[in-house]
Amino acid sequence: MPFIEAEHLVKTFHVSEREPGIGGALRGLFHRRGREVRALDGVSFAIREGEMLGYIGPNGAGKSTTVKVLGGILVPDSGTCTVMGRVPWKDRVAHVRTIGAVFGQRTQLWWGLPVVESFDLLRDIYGVAAAEHARVLAELVEVLELGPLLSTPVRQLSLGQRMRCDLAASLLHSPRILFLDEPTIGLDAPAKLAVRDFLRKLNREKGVTVLLTTHDLDDIEALCERVLLINHGRILHDGTLADLRRRVTGEKRVVLDLADDGRDVSDPDATVIRREGKRIHLSFDPTRVTASALISRLTANHPVRDLTVENPPIEEIIARIYKDTAA
Amino acid sequence: MKIKGSLRLLLHYVAVSVRGQMQYKTSFAIGLVAQFLLMGVEWIAIWSLFARFGNLAGWTLPEVALLYGMANMAFAISETAARGFDIFGYRVVKQGDFDWLLLRPRSTALQVAGLEFRLRYLGRFAQGAVVLAWATAKLGIGWTLAKAGLAAAAILGGACMFSGLFVLQAVLSFWTTESLEILNTVTYGGVETAQYPLAIYRDWFRKFFTYVIPLACLNYFPALAILGRTDPSGVPAVIQWMSPVFGMLFLLVTLRIWDFGVRHYRSTGS
Repeated sequence: MPFIEAEHLVKTFHVSEREPGIGGALRGLFHRRGREVRALDGVSFAIREGEMLGYIGPNGAGKSTTVKVLGGILVPDSGTCTVMGRVPWKDRVAHVRTIGAVFGQRTQLWWGLPVVESFDLLRDIYGVAAAEHARVLAELVEVLELGPLLSTPVRQLSLGQRMRCDLAASLLHSPRILFLDEPTIGLDAPAKLAVRDFLRKLNREKGVTVLLTTHDLDDIEALCERVLLINHGRILHDGTLADLRRRVTGEKRVVLDLADDGRDVSDPDATVIRREGKRIHLSFDPTRVTASALISRLTANHPVRDLTVENPPIEEIIARIYKDTAA
Repeated sequence: MKIKGSLRLLLHYVAVSVRGQMQYKTSFAIGLVAQFLLMGVEWIAIWSLFARFGNLAGWTLPEVALLYGMANMAFAISETAARGFDIFGYRVVKQGDFDWLLLRPRSTALQVAGLEFRLRYLGRFAQGAVVLAWATAKLGIGWTLAKAGLAAAAILGGACMFSGLFVLQAVLSFWTTESLEILNTVTYGGVETAQYPLAIYRDWFRKFFTYVIPLACLNYFPALAILGRTDPSGVPAVIQWMSPVFGMLFLLVTLRIWDFGVRHYRSTGS
């Protein structure tokens, strides 16, 4: 049995539109108006222990609904799901002991308390023995460099500091699985790198299975070999980022830095897609022309000072898939 | 083991909440005194009413003081102990933070109760106790062990009943953001109602606060037993002595309804 398995998960939400005020609220209790939204429309996947999986998709695609089902918060309309052999929503208390979660936009720490007091409360919530708690906490404090933050009230922490504390909070009970929702949102570059480093280490050294939901594709490129792409409640891609690229487009890019403004740049096998002063972006199909042939032609005909060959940015690829699958 | 762990967690929640309020000692003290004075003014209004009219449906001021003291002590306990359910709607559901409670291996009701314990309502408790002590002195109640036990149990039962109303309010917030206004009429209306003998109210009103919400069991029935009066509507003495149980049952029933509300949330996600 896979570590985490979901089969044909379906979840429909009723989005109600109700009149304002107490009267409207009372009427809304009895007969509901609104429309049905199918957040999950037959979602299936399997995750092996120790994997670090990226989960991407536009807003409202069904990402957070999936995570809520896996976390035991939501009960799906139909379909099956097991996490470490348990059905999350049937055995909530036993299930949530084995998982941790970080929602980048909402802290689980107690806003008015010093960080360490939140950790103490979580120790009692999870019923972790004092010695074990001290050991795990000491390790997290060291790796995440929390020492100076422990006595600071949560509300006074910067976003990056708070995220490090939230990561620690989610791991105090040594979960085998970690759900991350936008863990780098709003962080500056060094903080982002610190979070990524930590997650990589956690996955490699502790073998914690990670499901990473994010809009930041750099997170995915840095951390995840495998990516699930969801839109309109359906999984559109399950594989590597490279596969995802190949599926959408085989094209490659050449970026030229010229000595002049390159007004006359053109080539029968390449298309100019963007000009930024003396920098010119061209796209080409590697099945029609090899990169080396194209480059030698370009360098022969134009005053090229520098040149790179690259893949189209992943954002463009994702955007193209979203457009193709738009309802 | 599980109960021991829950108890330990509950005490931890209390300690955290108390420490939080003690960070702002002046604000806490002012809140406490304000509660005491606010209720004192209310009591003066009742007192002047009786100074003018002498009695209310055969109930004298000290007898009403007995009702008043018990009602306010019970309500004050529930406001402190069940405060978490009171603020649940706007502080947890509206913020979308209920998911956090579901992600933790503890009963959701325990975690909601642990959100906050508001100590300033002890001012109200103290004022109720003062009025109750005055009633006792005036009436010359001979506190046998049974009568004292009944009074204490009734206050506890009443606290359970009011806590149950806060639980219901929290349950409603799974469906509507207007839960506060809807339930406040019953909660705050209830404590106002309980400050007077139930015999003075209209029949349907009395029945609502006896059979639907067991407000009568909080102080009216126990007071009849303590004062040795018979109920004009013929409720037997046995029920009067048993009345604290009904408030506790009411809380148990509302906690079952809470579970139903949580199931609704987990199937609709809203």
